[in-house]
Amino acid sequence: MYDIVIIGAGIVGAMTARELSKYLLSVCILDKESDVAMGATKANSAIIHAGYDPKEGTLKARLNVLGSEMMPQIAEELGVRYINNGSLVIGFNDEDAEKIKTLYRRGIANGVKKLALLDKDELLNLESNISKNAVCALYAPTSGITCPYELAIAAIGNAMDNGVDLKLNFKVEEIKKNEDGYEVISSFESVKAKYIINAAGLFADDIAKMAGDTSFSIHPRKGEYLLLDKECGSLVSHTIFGTPTEKGKGILITPTVDGNLLLGPTSVDITDKTDTSTTFDGIETILSQVNKYVNSIPFNRVITSFSGLRAVGGTGDFIIKFSNDNFISVAGIESPGLSAAPAIARYVAGMLKETGIRLEKKKKFNPYRKSMHFFKNLSDEEKNRLIRENRKYARIVCRCEMVSEGEIIDAIRSNPKATNLDAVKRRTRSGMGRCQGGFCSPYILDILSEELKIPVEHITKSGGASNIIIGRTKGGEQW
Amino acid sequence: MVKSTDLVIIGGGPAGMSAAISAYNNGIRDILILERAETLGGILQQCIHNGFGIHKFNEELTGPEYSWRYEKQILELKIPYKLNTMVTEFTRDKIITAVNEQDGIFKIKAKAVILATGCRERPRGALNIPGTRPSGIFTAGTAQKYINIKGYMPGKSVVILGSGDIGLIMARRMTLEGAEVKAVCEIMPYPGGRARNVEQCLNDFNIPLKLSHTVVEIHGKHRLTGVTIAKVDENKKPVPGTEEYISCDTLLLSVGLIPENELAKSAGIELDSVTGGAVVDQNRQTSVKGIFACGNALHVHDLVDYVSEEAEIAGKSAADYIKNNGMSPGSFARNIIIKTGGGIRYTVPRKITSITDAKIYFRTSGIYRNAKISIKEGERVVASIKKKRVVPAEMEMIKLTGDNIREIKGGIVTFELEGLHD
Repeated sequence: MYDIVIIGAGIVGAMTARELSKYLLSVCILDKESDVAMGATKANSAIIHAGYDPKEGTLKARLNVLGSEMMPQIAEELGVRYINNGSLVIGFNDEDAEKIKTLYRRGIANGVKKLALLDKDELLNLESNISKNAVCALYAPTSGITCPYELAIAAIGNAMDNGVDLKLNFKVEEIKKNEDGYEVISSFESVKAKYIINAAGLFADDIAKMAGDTSFSIHPRKGEYLLLDKECGSLVSHTIFGTPTEKGKGILITPTVDGNLLLGPTSVDITDKTDTSTTFDGIETILSQVNKYVNSIPFNRVITSFSGLRAVGGTGDFIIKFSNDNFISVAGIESPGLSAAPAIARYVAGMLKETGIRLEKKKKFNPYRKSMHFFKNLSDEEKNRLIRENRKYARIVCRCEMVSEGEIIDAIRSNPKATNLDAVKRRTRSGMGRCQGGFCSPYILDILSEELKIPVEHITKSGGASNIIIGRTKGGEQW
Repeated sequence: MVKSTDLVIIGGGPAGMSAAISAYNNGIRDILILERAETLGGILQQCIHNGFGIHKFNEELTGPEYSWRYEKQILELKIPYKLNTMVTEFTRDKIITAVNEQDGIFKIKAKAVILATGCRERPRGALNIPGTRPSGIFTAGTAQKYINIKGYMPGKSVVILGSGDIGLIMARRMTLEGAEVKAVCEIMPYPGGRARNVEQCLNDFNIPLKLSHTVVEIHGKHRLTGVTIAKVDENKKPVPGTEEYISCDTLLLSVGLIPENELAKSAGIELDSVTGGAVVDQNRQTSVKGIFACGNALHVHDLVDYVSEEAEIAGKSAADYIKNNGMSPGSFARNIIIKTGGGIRYTVPRKITSITDAKIYFRTSGIYRNAKISIKEGERVVASIKKKRVVPAEMEMIKLTGDNIREIKGGIVTFELEGLHD
């Protein structure tokens, strides 16, 4: 029997698990996927918003501002990249200028620091590639960028290092309430817990229903993105937004922490919670929009496109509430969910405390986790010292991103362990470069097979039936 | 500690090996080849089909056999090489940082460097094909590696997008391994690969080649379940109503090769926006003196025979450069720019800097019959060749002699093509 079971290993579940790992509690995270961070956390804009967007007085506003203030330290502790690059909302006419002033006032009311209104010259001084048609901007120097799945992986890894359990491929089918707590049941196994935290993202409504709460529903809103080569990342240094419309913050242009340029997202309400396909229209929409904001975007340098699904709750605010006794639902965590996640975790811990649970700090809690990219950041001398101990750090497997076999094995062996090609990719960046895995995937397939001691035929791209190869041409398992 | 070496060759594929042997034969002994793979030979090792060496050796060799002709010489001449060695940094003052398991991270200062880094395949992302992101999508070269090197079978029912040579070769290879290749789609109205490969790899196996077709959607959540293809108009836009669903578990992409020039860029070498390779003179010297480039890193070749031939030029030039203590080879300096006229996509080299024989490779931008390609200075024809048919998939060459170059008085010559556009 666990004290707490968290359903969902996205950024909210990850941050909550880490927050709770500070206390003398037994905690287990469940996720239906083959890896953590597989839902909205995997595919979003990666922005740590300053907090001028959400309406005054909402949970969104409060937790966004607090979360984004907490983020630099958390990123530092978890060895996750975070760059405080600042953001710009640019306007092209009087109507935009009015909206930008509203955002400014809202930001001040929300407690966002250092906000400034810029005129055209100030804007162009700050960001020379902005369209000459822009006339004004809101400048938020506290805005930042990070890598969201890296953050979730690191938070869960750190939580696991501090004693939290993780069960992947655990699809919750049923939740039974009994005298001493809950039983969470999948087709293969069940776990018991006194408390449940429902952080199931798009499926949070389904999980809440299992506990008798039908008060909210979640629907998916698709956002498509284009990612450009690292050579393009310096086109802008800030995150550039257009003036928001009723449909949301609109399409943005931002450098990523890896130095790529990211364009998107679109915003289309759909019905299928698993439909992360990209569309012809989506790609066209992005291409037609971003040109208006920034000059000479090299569209021929797109290396990949992807789409993510926002978990929209329909209330306009985050839904964080008790769905039943000792059962907390954290739902509708759409943007700025990533920015707010650390604050959401603390908020949820506060709710738990109100129920009378004892939150006694662990003496041995270690807040630090070695960066997944620690090797890259070493000096040549330090690298050579490590290479003498483990020659595999000198064998480069991914040539575009310069990832060594040593780093890939680390990703397979450290918490939370990578068990497929995409999981290795999210931890090491192998296969994320300009050749998109053409060179390295055959090698990583073999490394995974050897480390996990399973035949290559069973190694997948991203769990399920996503096998890479179907058999051997000669010897071995014939297809 | 920085070690000094006369000549460092980055890349031990056909270009790197040929350049090394040529530099050796021109008197250089202090040579080091750095190769990132586990063997010399580069991509040839996975090209187990034949057809290599027809021009160079008058024989039809397989890729590994062709490679071995050069590996053997490297061994006999005792030219040093390091395998599994990745160059991580390269500066314009020719300091190379590399890493391997034996030496760890090490630096070398070279008098001259030859970039023979080859090319990579254009991935799916670059094409913006809408749809899901299942497994089962491979570049043709990666599939070739799985089958020919690893002995793994990527899939059993296959659609191939792009009719580049590797795609055509893989259509046959997958068929021979028992897979069903349902179609090869080519967005252009003509095949991307050589005519011989279309005949031997598709027609001989009754594999349909759908010209002016592309893949417009990818289906399947985990593993690929199918693709939607459609006809395209003359602007390469899909024609509504022509969509056709093909169920398959594998999509191979053969949609272009991109010269690998990350190291060239880090050294500030000027690149050609058409070829993606360095801008070079007829000695294959780049915009940075003492740094040379050859093979598919310079421009994507159709036949390895020409890679070897071009690398010999780079090897000799680097040797001359080292022997002349950094003075440019060829004492009769010239500064002639080669421009391209209609019908010509690119030329390599783009500059003539000395009165020495110059092999100028070029590709046309379309299919032409009864073509006459001339190098002109104003209205005067410096040199010309005639071809019954020229196609973009096949490289052509014009040789300029020292005498031809001496006759050029100005600073510009133009490549021009006359012929019947197909």
